[in-house]
Amino acid sequence: MENITFSKAELERYSRHLIIPEFNIEGQRKLKAARVLVVGSGGLGSPLLLYLAAAGVGTLGIVDFDVVDESNLQRQVLFGREDVGRPKVEAARDRLQSLNPHIQILTYNTPLTSDNALDIIKDFDVVADGTDNFPTRYLVNDACVLLDKPNVYASIFRFEGQASVFNFRNAKGEPGPNYRDLYPTPPPPDLVPSCAEGGVIGVLPGIMGSLQANEVIKVITGVGEPLSGRFFLFDAASFETRILKIRRNPKNPLNGEHPTQTGLIDYQDFCGVGQADESPQGQVKSITVQELQKLRESQADFQLIDVREPYEYEIAHLQGDLMPLGQLDAHLDKISSSKQVVVHCRSGKRSAEAIRHLEQKYGFANLYNLEGGILAWADQIDPSLAKY
Amino acid sequence: MITYQIRLFGIAREIVGQSWLAWETEKPLRAGELQAALQAHYPDLGRLASLLLAVNAEYAQGDEWLQPEDELALIPPVSGG
Repeated sequence: MENITFSKAELERYSRHLIIPEFNIEGQRKLKAARVLVVGSGGLGSPLLLYLAAAGVGTLGIVDFDVVDESNLQRQVLFGREDVGRPKVEAARDRLQSLNPHIQILTYNTPLTSDNALDIIKDFDVVADGTDNFPTRYLVNDACVLLDKPNVYASIFRFEGQASVFNFRNAKGEPGPNYRDLYPTPPPPDLVPSCAEGGVIGVLPGIMGSLQANEVIKVITGVGEPLSGRFFLFDAASFETRILKIRRNPKNPLNGEHPTQTGLIDYQDFCGVGQADESPQGQVKSITVQELQKLRESQADFQLIDVREPYEYEIAHLQGDLMPLGQLDAHLDKISSSKQVVVHCRSGKRSAEAIRHLEQKYGFANLYNLEGGILAWADQIDPSLAKY
Repeated sequence: MITYQIRLFGIAREIVGQSWLAWETEKPLRAGELQAALQAHYPDLGRLASLLLAVNAEYAQGDEWLQPEDELALIPPVSGG
């Protein structure tokens, strides 16, 4: 850390940090050496990036695929009128570099996906999640757990904000809780609206994103007590605050007592986004839920395989043989190659992938995809089944 | 008769239509039983596979017995940014 030095201009710029006894030049050195990735440069990302750049975080990464829209300016204070129509990462880089020329800005003008997340995140020390949708929230969380990075989290809805520091290792090296300990599975996509659909009071992301920036600085410098193992709730309408104590959940699929998920998954499918409007089920043989019901009633000799995760099975199941998609190859001996085999998942997407894999790699020819998955079964056959 | 007072956040408030809910029962409930009763009574709450119930500023594990004076809050996930 001693090899991190500051110019006269930097020392003057950061002087209000340097004179805080417990922060001092050591804290400033840690900030300059740090690499922080901010995912999403919207409402939360704006104050996050502005304050982290101003504070002197040495390397700031920004992931966003969007362009600045007029309706962003109500809360995304990083941007001005002249930025409307520009890629957000470009407008952000210009603004931040003009605020602080002593730091390095890395931009990723792309959506964060299961294909690029590990590659992008691996080179950073801390991730700050300012995204605006459930698939990316779960993706960021899972990638941080898999890569062992702290995830400084905040999320907003109308007048309400939530914040925590997830997956933070304490002095003893023990990891703190992560998002999956609180919310193992996402809500149905039609139930919890985004800011675009549900609205948000403009100053709220300013408050919550500033809290996030403060937590990022604490995590980097070791000054203070990070919001790990605690969950902060704020209702800006009634001005109520709550801090909940949270714990790790032994059933966490990523780092609980019996982890079942060892890599990233398809988060669009996991969160039920875009199902039915694409045709990922093409090319494999399929049957409808009505046909499956007839098969069952006729007492036909067939096998039903469920390729979802065990925690999804807990929510609702069709008594299929559970073989999570990621572990199919380990269960080969349990898949019949002679009788008819029906494969299902939540929406039909993962099961189609499973069938393609088994056909191409092992030459199975007796596999049928259940169209619409267990969701279609709940809709059309058994309404008592929980949909998730 | 026991009455539990529950503060509702996010979409739980939208579903129930108010920010506080008084829930009456014949006998004392465990945290998980109260959550299940609420989710059965409000079908859209039942569709939230992950729903956080806080008991006295702590994430409930489900098996703790509830007292009428307990501070209860139902906190669904939010995703905005």
